[in-house]
Amino acid sequence: MKVEAYVLIFVGAFFAVVCGIYWFLSYETSGTLMLLGTCFLGFVPGGYYYWWSRRMKPRPEDDPQAKREDGEGVVGAFPGSSVWPFVLGVSAASVGLSLVFGFWTAIVGFVVAASAVMGVIRESRRGGLI
Amino acid sequence: MTIAVERTLPIPAEEHGPTGLLKWITSTDHKVIGKSYTITAFVFFCLAGLMAMLMRTQLASPDNNIVSLHLYNELFTMHGSLMLYLFAGPFAFGGLANYIVPLQIGAPDMAFPRLNALSYWLYAFGGLIMISGFLTTGGAADFGWVSYAPLSSATNTPGAGPDMWIVALVLTGFSAIFTGVNICATVFYLRAPGLTMFRLPIFTWNMLVTGILILIAFPVLTAALVMLWCDRHIGSHIFSVAGGGVPVLWQNLFWFFGHPEVYILALPYFGMVTDILAVFSRKPVFGYRGMVFATMSIAALSTSVWAHHMFTTGTVLLPFFSLMSYLIAVPTGIKFFNWIGTLWRGSIVFETPMLFAVGFLIVFLFGGVTGIILASPPLDFATHDTYFVVAHFHEVLFGSAVFGGFAGLYYWYPKMTGRMLRNDLGKASFWFMFVGFWLTFVPQYWLGLAGMPRRIAEYSPLSGWTLLNRISTSGAYLLFIAVFLMLVNFLLSFLKPVPAGDNPWDAHTLEWATSSPPPHHNFYWIPPVRSERPLWDHNHPEHTTIHSHMPANSVRAATSTVHSGPGVHPDHGSRSDFRGEDGDE
Ligand code: HEM
Ligand SMILES: [Cu+2]
Repeated sequence: MKVEAYVLIFVGAFFAVVCGIYWFLSYETSGTLMLLGTCFLGFVPGGYYYWWSRRMKPRPEDDPQAKREDGEGVVGAFPGSSVWPFVLGVSAASVGLSLVFGFWTAIVGFVVAASAVMGVIRESRRGGLI
Repeated sequence: MTIAVERTLPIPAEEHGPTGLLKWITSTDHKVIGKSYTITAFVFFCLAGLMAMLMRTQLASPDNNIVSLHLYNELFTMHGSLMLYLFAGPFAFGGLANYIVPLQIGAPDMAFPRLNALSYWLYAFGGLIMISGFLTTGGAADFGWVSYAPLSSATNTPGAGPDMWIVALVLTGFSAIFTGVNICATVFYLRAPGLTMFRLPIFTWNMLVTGILILIAFPVLTAALVMLWCDRHIGSHIFSVAGGGVPVLWQNLFWFFGHPEVYILALPYFGMVTDILAVFSRKPVFGYRGMVFATMSIAALSTSVWAHHMFTTGTVLLPFFSLMSYLIAVPTGIKFFNWIGTLWRGSIVFETPMLFAVGFLIVFLFGGVTGIILASPPLDFATHDTYFVVAHFHEVLFGSAVFGGFAGLYYWYPKMTGRMLRNDLGKASFWFMFVGFWLTFVPQYWLGLAGMPRRIAEYSPLSGWTLLNRISTSGAYLLFIAVFLMLVNFLLSFLKPVPAGDNPWDAHTLEWATSSPPPHHNFYWIPPVRSERPLWDHNHPEHTTIHSHMPANSVRAATSTVHSGPGVHPDHGSRSDFRGEDGDE
């Protein structure tokens, strides 16, 4: 977990420096704000990973000498198939199109999206291959 | 269940869940999604290529009338948008990376399979919406792929086409963000035991950095597009002077996304090429850590150079952005040094992927050198918005996305389909492409220096640009033939398949340790990971000091005696999960 944390902290540190330099050279707000945002984008998750890396045992994937048996057991839940991403995609597209052609497609889109969200939740509760 | 389990009867991936069209629509398997992405992106590449052929045909003679001025504007806008947003990026991070990264790290799938499928559908629908712009009365978007304010305002480019372009980019933008999250989470959490960060294949490293770069860049674009939509429709004046807005703000926002975007398009291909050069030189990557740090520095620097596209606006800090742009040359130089170091004294095999990879090196080098020219403000003032720039960005983009991308496709195609592509046809395609490429784009440097502006549909016969334009167009036709040969090659591999076997290139990373194509949830068996080249260590024990505890050939047999234990929830995959045994629900 340490290297992962350092990668993100590197992002934060780099942009902290660049953001400071840029602000004092240019006094330009939009660029400075975007650089500042990027700096947080590095520090926030990076700090979180770092915090965890100090509180957990090294995982088998962090241990250069780990044996294959160390990775034994459940890795995670990986559904084999699900229609809901497709349905969500359809609904997102129709909501998007309403920004071009007027509001009625948004209504359809939101209804379909609601059904997809419920579908995903039910599918996850059942925890299975659908 | 352990990851050392070996299963005697392989189960074809198709056995799980729905089949046929329904499989392509509902699958959350990263391999199916990766293939959908690759095919879709390739289709967009072909469409954008056809648009390019039309444009080049129009430019073959002065005062030509094949397309109208307005259509030409639509064509270059859609060509650029399709190539960048719908081909080069998604082909890499949605297609090849989606398929390969989980395999390279020994994972059963991406971290969030359903999010992955959602990414694909947002991308597919976004792409459809973007090209449907051609069907509207006003035609497709025609303000260039950068959509500068105030050209993109509702008065200057009215109509549904531009709005569809905006919506399409919001959808594909979210798709990219989700994929970025997915790749980062996958690399952080699903690596095989012993596969520490500094043993990851360079391709996976580059995809991780690309994923982070996506998270930095794309939200800015999406936000800017929302503002643009508000300006066009609900009367805000963020980018219009009339209401007190600032048009150049659009350029700041856009390029804060836009320059990292070109590295989002380049870094994955750098990674593919690095792995390919190493495999076909029969050597490990030279300067592995240097490569990783170079990738990270390129990504970081690329986010602080955005205004080098805005030198001529007169509103930006020239020395800062010029210096930062020059600095990128340093890590890029390190990469070139390491690539050459990888080739150095290797036993090089010129298979098709290797040819394309070397083609990438040469083409990208020239694009990089002319990029250094453009990073100098005085030289940029002279060449900005001329064909010099068109030649430059095609060298870097075509070099990475097409030469690098085709190298990757030829390299991993056997893994993805279980079939080989024809080598001689591949080589023919390469040579057409290589010659065609230089013929198309080198004359454009001269055209640019002779003053030919970009984005013009007509020029006068008195301009003296005719000959160079003719050469450029003829080169484009060679490129067309090259892509056509490639398509023939795909077709042949389906009509008369040549089985690939698990590891046709004697490659050394984990994706080649499983079957081609891999089974559902990827692995029945993983070699022990003790270096960045686990499979090489395993296949060539004579070359390594690391000893796996048994001789190479007996590993499979020995591990196959380990049986899955009780208490594993059927739907929670372990690294060598096989659905068939768990029973179907
Ligand atoms: C198949 C070979 C290709 C040919 C013959 C070609 C040709 C062209 C032409 C004629 C233009 C319009 C230039 C102008 O009028 O200003 C153009 C623009 C552009 N091309 Fe290509 N191109 C090719 C491949 C690519 C690839 C692979 C990419 C990126 C991955 C790409 C990205 C762009 C971009 C971003 C623009 C600028 C669009 C704009 O001005 O808004 N092209 N290309
Ligand atoms: Cu740039």
